Amino acid sequence: MKVDQLSIFLENRAGRLAEVTRLLSEAKVNIRALSLADTSDFGILRLIVSDFEKAREILKQNGFTVGRTSVVAVEVDDTPGGLHRILDMLRDSKVNVEYMYAFVQQSGSNAIIIFRFDRTDQAIEVLQKNSIPIVPGDKLYNL
Amino acid sequence: MIFDVDMETLPREDLEALQLRRLQALAERVYENVPFYRKRFEERGLKPGDIKSLADIRLLPFTEKQDLRNHYPFGLFAVSRDNIVRIHSSSGTTGKATVVGYTRRDIRNWSRLMGRCFAAAGVTSHDLVHNAYGYGLFTGGLGAHYGAEELGATVIPVSGGGTRRQAMLLRDFGATVICSTPSYCLHLAEVAHEMGIDFKGLPLRIGIFGAEPWSDTMRKELEATLGLTAIDIYGLSEIMGPGVGIECAEAQNGLHLMEDHFLVEVIDPVTGENLPNGEIGELVITTLTKEAIPLIRYRTRDLTSLNTAPCRCGRTLARMKRVQGRSDDMLIIRGVNVFPSQIETILLETDGLSPHYQLIVTRDGNLDNLEIQVEVDETLFSDAIKNLQRVESKVQKNIKEFLGVTARVKLVEPRTIQRSEGKAKRIVDMRNQPEQPQA
Repeated sequence: MKVDQLSIFLENRAGRLAEVTRLLSEAKVNIRALSLADTSDFGILRLIVSDFEKAREILKQNGFTVGRTSVVAVEVDDTPGGLHRILDMLRDSKVNVEYMYAFVQQSGSNAIIIFRFDRTDQAIEVLQKNSIPIVPGDKLYNL
Repeated sequence: MIFDVDMETLPREDLEALQLRRLQALAERVYENVPFYRKRFEERGLKPGDIKSLADIRLLPFTEKQDLRNHYPFGLFAVSRDNIVRIHSSSGTTGKATVVGYTRRDIRNWSRLMGRCFAAAGVTSHDLVHNAYGYGLFTGGLGAHYGAEELGATVIPVSGGGTRRQAMLLRDFGATVICSTPSYCLHLAEVAHEMGIDFKGLPLRIGIFGAEPWSDTMRKELEATLGLTAIDIYGLSEIMGPGVGIECAEAQNGLHLMEDHFLVEVIDPVTGENLPNGEIGELVITTLTKEAIPLIRYRTRDLTSLNTAPCRCGRTLARMKRVQGRSDDMLIIRGVNVFPSQIETILLETDGLSPHYQLIVTRDGNLDNLEIQVEVDETLFSDAIKNLQRVESKVQKNIKEFLGVTARVKLVEPRTIQRSEGKAKRIVDMRNQPEQPQA
């Protein structure tokens, strides 16, 4: 039920982000979803990609510091209150959201939200109990 | 093993008697042969015969690096050029180069002293020594080379540079001892790792590290990463080269100084007054046996303290604490004295921080700003910003707490801090640079 997310340490220097996208493009790795968190000195680029191992290998070989994080992809009704319903049930179970980012599928009625929880297994349990659709990694990588 | 048992375990009373005889002979020699020193004696109304005890060394003024520069190249030599068999020189990056010469006997003494050092480090005649100190005008390469041969070990004279080749040779030849700067050895291990060579899997068992100050925490890092015993060696070209002092493998607690050849003092770097054992100050060395270029009360600029308590290895030679920094490398940040080694210790004690760091000092109006750049490695990296910021603020807090200065800590990508083949460049001080013209 978990999705592998690639996290990359980036110094805030011109061209660092472009270096990542160049390497991925040359390796023919497709980016499914991304988010960039930044401070004044550095950023953390978080990516869901079509081929995790390949992307990690090519980035490591080129001197980037990369990490693997387990995140959860949740399908949310693309209607008012869709996200709120999910956050509500997580709050009741005292699961904390570390960060999240969203993307809307092409030609779909649902949005997909990527969550990083402090207690991933418990969060999955809560979502499943409430019949919230979770998108498994294999499906997401190949959307 | 003790290489020269007679000298290295001499009772201190006998050692001091020997030192006094040698000091008196030295005073005669420089008075007769070096106009610079004769002038200094005369300015003080001193005759060589006035040196009646070791404490009388204090009647004489210090010799500074600038004195060597002022007499560039051969002006302080005490013997004719015919008796000089070798010349070494510093690189001269911080001013005019300092030049030193050696007679046949000087080279012989140096080799013997380096032989002592290798033995103290635990090296035997069965060892294979990978010598990555630079060969040439720099004293490190040839100094270690002759010493290892003196001991009967096998030397591989690799010299500096060609890091991938060095890693290959380490694997293929199976060296058991490596000589290099500590930072270069870490760099070598990184490169080896990339080539699929695991340092820990190599037969290397001893690393003899010198030519730059390093910390005890760095020792733990070196020993854990490289799978060897890390031994600190000390020396300086003006005095001889490597081999002025070394840690014994038994105690690894302070560097034994070769006191039968060097008379050592520790002084307050500001007042010049002698400090008691245990107090940190600047090391001052008088060469007791050197023929070619003897120096009296040479100010090394290296900060350390002395300890004459008996060592469990059996040597009676005084020990100096590992060099804490240089009195001229000391950074003064908003009035506070800061040494790179102190910052290194704090960084290494903060979980996961790599020993690759650089200190950038800038001035904003009248205020000094210190920025510490540290490389992020995979053990430290987290996908959550707050975890990385926590590391930054932890270092910042520790630096404020232990050193009393406010520093900006900046995490940088691996490999962005320049690797050096020799001494690591830890400080970039931009305070004295001319202002950039406004665009």
